Amino acid sequence: MILELFVDANRCIGCRACEEACSECPGHGGESMIHLDFVERSTSVQTAPTVCMHCADPACVAVCPADAIKIDDEGVVLTAMAERCIGCGNCALACPFGVPKVHPGIELMRKCDLCYDRTSVGLRPMCATVCPSGALFYGTRAEVEDRRRARPTNEVAFGDARVRTRNHFMVPAESDVLAAWDDGAVTPRAGDAGPGATRSRAERQLEEALC
Amino acid sequence: MAELPAPIEALIAAHGPSLAFAPPGGFGARAAVDRKVETHCCFCGQQCGVKLLVKDERVVGVEPWEEFPFNQGKLCPKGVKRYLQSNHPDRLLHPLVRTGRGFARIPWDEALDLVAERFERLQRRWGCDAVAVLSGASLTNEKAYLMGKFARLALGTRHIDYNGRLCMVAAGAANLKAFGVDRAANPWSDIAATDLVMVLGANVSECSPITTDYIWRARDRGARLIVVDPRLTPIARTSDLYLPVRPGRDSLLVNAILHAVVRLGGVDHEFVERHTTGFDDVRRAIEGCAPEAVEREVGIPAARIVEAAEMWVQAPRTMLLHARGIEHHTKGVENVLACINLVLATGKIGKPGCGYATITGQGNGQGAREHGQRCNQLPGARDVENPEHRAHVARLWGVPEERIPRKGATAPEIVEMLHRREVRGLLSLCFNPLVSLPDERFTREALERADFFVAIDFFLSETARHADLVLPGSLHEEDEGTATTVEGRVVRIRKAVEPPGEARPDWRIVCDIAERLGVGDLFAFSGPRAIFEELRRLSAGSRADYSGISWERIEREKGVFWPCPNADHPGTPRLFEGGRFAHEDGRARFHAIEYRPPAETVDEEYPILLTTGRIVSQFLSGSQTRRIGPLVAHQPEPRVEMHPRLAAKLGVADGDEVRVASRRGHVDLRAHVVSTIRPDTVFIPYHWPGRLSANRLTQRAYDPIAGIPEFKVAAVRIERLARDAAAEAADERGAA
Repeated sequence: MILELFVDANRCIGCRACEEACSECPGHGGESMIHLDFVERSTSVQTAPTVCMHCADPACVAVCPADAIKIDDEGVVLTAMAERCIGCGNCALACPFGVPKVHPGIELMRKCDLCYDRTSVGLRPMCATVCPSGALFYGTRAEVEDRRRARPTNEVAFGDARVRTRNHFMVPAESDVLAAWDDGAVTPRAGDAGPGATRSRAERQLEEALC
Repeated sequence: MAELPAPIEALIAAHGPSLAFAPPGGFGARAAVDRKVETHCCFCGQQCGVKLLVKDERVVGVEPWEEFPFNQGKLCPKGVKRYLQSNHPDRLLHPLVRTGRGFARIPWDEALDLVAERFERLQRRWGCDAVAVLSGASLTNEKAYLMGKFARLALGTRHIDYNGRLCMVAAGAANLKAFGVDRAANPWSDIAATDLVMVLGANVSECSPITTDYIWRARDRGARLIVVDPRLTPIARTSDLYLPVRPGRDSLLVNAILHAVVRLGGVDHEFVERHTTGFDDVRRAIEGCAPEAVEREVGIPAARIVEAAEMWVQAPRTMLLHARGIEHHTKGVENVLACINLVLATGKIGKPGCGYATITGQGNGQGAREHGQRCNQLPGARDVENPEHRAHVARLWGVPEERIPRKGATAPEIVEMLHRREVRGLLSLCFNPLVSLPDERFTREALERADFFVAIDFFLSETARHADLVLPGSLHEEDEGTATTVEGRVVRIRKAVEPPGEARPDWRIVCDIAERLGVGDLFAFSGPRAIFEELRRLSAGSRADYSGISWERIEREKGVFWPCPNADHPGTPRLFEGGRFAHEDGRARFHAIEYRPPAETVDEEYPILLTTGRIVSQFLSGSQTRRIGPLVAHQPEPRVEMHPRLAAKLGVADGDEVRVASRRGHVDLRAHVVSTIRPDTVFIPYHWPGRLSANRLTQRAYDPIAGIPEFKVAAVRIERLARDAAAEAADERGAA
């Protein structure tokens, strides 16, 4: 059985071990299928990894004119079939998380497929295996609820639209849904008033420094 | 004279650094590997377990080693990409001798004869101590042991020291003074089991990333986190209490926290009475350190200091962790002792989930400081000036006691002696002082004054470029041995492949030189295992007792914690249980710490504090990681990090070229304007050489006890470069 990924940006330390490990996966040829963002480096060291969330009703599948993106029996949204993909980039435009990319040179879409080669034979995905902070965790919802204080959610709100996903984001205990910010980022941030509106406790404590 | 043998551009063209991005034959060529070798990462003291993938006798990749208990497959980006140092185009494959136009190949026999002949000639004329040895803390335990024995018995010099002098010595000296032994007091599993983690001067997320997970596991159970650092590091971002200390004021801050703890009635009088000595002196020394009295100096409001004390007192179990941030100081030992005072006064040590550790930095930072390659130390962490220790080691080495030289100079002192021409000959292994020591120009001048310099290395490091003779040694994956991790766990380093070309294992090279120096009988080792057996015997009865540890046990038990005095002993993950310390009377020692300012303070001419450190994608002097393409891509060059308020005052915008100048020199770098650093402090990472070297700015000021340099405090001034000068600086950096 293929389990689920839990993404906790609060724990992310921006080290890029996930990207480097992804690039080492068989078939990736040194390229990472996932990415890491510095959310707003001028004011914060907050970073966030983005993996494919494997939507229940994936926009990438819906907009693909070549029917190249398949969903397996366990709900894993696979990377585009090379023999069908026409490299049109509809999937890249449609994905609310910014995951699929049309790769220059081969002109084909490639994306995170939840390490299908590994997870289908009982191994953990490379990114979640190496992640040194536990920002990426692979397991069951019961395991993560047992171990962690943050709560998993697999519903993200983009304005009025709700997107349900196979993978989960970890959010503070009091939230049910993860809101997407105006600039399109879906990472949880300090406070609940949007980017830059509030600072974390530590950021406020730095402001108090006596110089 | 050891000036560069050719223009630097020619040396870089021939020997790099160049960048490796892919395994030999490309990613597609490694579908079916021949074997997977369980070993460890070579970058940092966490010593994460990894599996190296081997195909056609070449290392072609890496896989997580999930069964190794410490990291359970977790790795930082350096661990993932470490394999790209193998099969590298820059790899040294033949002995090289300097010529008028660069370096030329020379047969091994001639090279080894030359070493013996030149060192003997120098020693006949100038005395045995005219030849010095610089060694490293990323070496295996076996090599660390061998280097100490080689310097003392083969060269007969008192001057051997290692680059741990830039890393662990302040914590080591303080631990020895306070506890009677120098090792992390607790296994890392105790971090996950604690109620409060206090991290001082440790950028855990970038310099020991695996430790992040241990801290979060504690927080998942409800533990709180205090971080002390002038920069808001990734681990500090989510902390419960962040104390942005002014660089150089650590001991004053910790004294103030202890002052508040005393005021809150948080002293564990029973523990202090039964298990320690010297608390009354500490109490007197901190009388003037009330948070309200020192808040201006430490740069943190008194209320926050009191808050830290309250959290410390309220938590039933605490773990205090620190690293180079409080240790790279002229009072590094004092900063560490102040921390230990806090731990001892509250009795928070020697229990499950409760204790103390320094986060050792280098590849074998713990083990390499125990086996006798330090200027003041014999194997088993013994004292080179202690008559009993000397007699014991001499007996086991089979030499008269007077043949063991006395205490020698520290690594920075050795470089000063080269500069004064009191040291004439130099042998280095696993040390790149031209990048890692303070005051880069001075180090360069010193190297240029060497009469004969032989470097054993796998790449031509910036320092090795100055050598008269370069001997191609072995990478981590090309030799067998053991290392001792941050926890005090002895682990196995396994050979994955043979050294390429004519390169040889380091131990073989050192033993061959010893033979040519006429002492082959003392160095008749068949290999690293034989060296380990001798090391283990010598360590028996010492503070760092390995005598019950065998390679087989390490493999079976996935590591054994020292002290382990016999084969049936389970090893010792946690020290000081029941309040029993390693001093003869079983008591820990308090040390009264009177705060004193750093060696250099800011003034009108140099008004800004500079602190230096590491980034996650590079390791130390970068000799290896600046050759690994995907790691270099994270951050190709250093930037100077500054707060927007300081930037506005200087008229600097993010990305502008600025000149950072100290009394030692200057560097031209791009500004990185971020509000995650104190407004009175700037930060530059130190992994780069020459024009990019943070150590052009740092000073030769040392801790009087440990000899560690003050990398964490210097006074600088910063000016924005005009457009033409900026373009020129960018070009020069590109060339460098």
